[in-house]
Amino acid sequence: MITAIIIVLGVIMIVAAVLAVIQKSLLSAIIAAGAISLLASIIFIILAAPDVAMTEAAIGSGLTTLVFLFTLNKIRKQDRHG
Amino acid sequence: MVKKFFVLIILVFFAVMLLPFAQDVTPFKELSQTATKYVKDGPDELGGANLVTSVIVTYRGLDTLGEVTVLFIATAGVGFFLRREDKRKEKKKRESSQILQSGSAFLFPLILMFGVYIFLHGHLSPGGGFQGGVVLASALVLLLLSRSATKINDTVLHLVESLSGASYIAIGVLGLVLVVGVGFLDTTILDLGEFGRLLSAGAIPLIYSFIGLKVGAELVGIIDNMRKDQS
Amino acid sequence: MTIITILGFILVLIGLWGMLTQKNIIKIIIGFSIVDTGVHLIMVSIGNLKDRTAPILDKAVDKTEALTRVVDPIPSALVLTAIVIGLAVTALMLSYAIKLYENKGTLDISEFKELKW
Repeated sequence: MITAIIIVLGVIMIVAAVLAVIQKSLLSAIIAAGAISLLASIIFIILAAPDVAMTEAAIGSGLTTLVFLFTLNKIRKQDRHG
Repeated sequence: MVKKFFVLIILVFFAVMLLPFAQDVTPFKELSQTATKYVKDGPDELGGANLVTSVIVTYRGLDTLGEVTVLFIATAGVGFFLRREDKRKEKKKRESSQILQSGSAFLFPLILMFGVYIFLHGHLSPGGGFQGGVVLASALVLLLLSRSATKINDTVLHLVESLSGASYIAIGVLGLVLVVGVGFLDTTILDLGEFGRLLSAGAIPLIYSFIGLKVGAELVGIIDNMRKDQS
Repeated sequence: MTIITILGFILVLIGLWGMLTQKNIIKIIIGFSIVDTGVHLIMVSIGNLKDRTAPILDKAVDKTEALTRVVDPIPSALVLTAIVIGLAVTALMLSYAIKLYENKGTLDISEFKELKW
């Protein structure tokens, strides 16, 4: 049962990682990277490490995505203003 | 085409190098020797219920000091690079809608309290300084995102961060100075108390509170630097 | 568990492939973040012992039986440090990327040739 869950999560993570590398649009790639961190935090709970799961969920899929999006905003803004 | 071939060769080489590791890793049956000592002596010597916290703050306290230093250097670097010398004309920001303002005003103290709860109870339940600091930073980021007219007071942020960092080092030095025979960053300088209570485990809640405040202030500093002069 | 270690290795390989083939600097930084996540998965999965529970002593696990029922706490401590440092390094890399874009106007890495000989 747990093995089936791990295999499903693993397949989704690998697909999201390949999508994050291949996609042309930067926004989709950033969201896919955030999804990988979120699923990794579920796997950390299965591995009986709750501190690591909490930290990974807060930092990996929260603050890292936020910092990427702020950067994207700065790049696009300068692109529009020439 | 040649470049793609080279990339493929590098990846195959890397995979072959890692393959014996993936094949021969057998799950351990018993805890290693270091882990046995930490698990056996941890609750008695240090009085904390969360074993990971007692490893981070006391047994591997110097690693935590190094991590706090690395975080400080990264924040200083981001602040240095994204500095704006000239004051460009501040565009008039559009006021956000009423739902965003009332919603964020309602949620902000709750999230702040949750963050403080996490780093105060670091020695009793999963959590600790770093997680609590991140939750504190996310409360302030909620305010920054929903109300476009907020300005973060830079002086208060720098003051909080520097004082927390200095107090962390001061507690470490107290361990060296106060009781003869214990070393730097020993947490048994305060009373150990009763196992499982909030005010137990010596100086661990105090150290983790300072680390939580410092990490929260630094992350807010990073995000604020990245957000400057946006309209 | 072994299957999570293999999953971590596959993530490291995919991130490495992304770092080697992509041209946009932001994509390279995303690949670095994926490598980071994979390495953390490998480290925590090595510290896991079969059928044991989290290293927190409360009503479920008592002080006396902690040695036989608790997972290794050391990899958790190391990975906690590593996750926070990973975020700090990613933020620093992104601020470099912003400054590079302001200087040249493009984010394509084949345009930055000043250090090539």
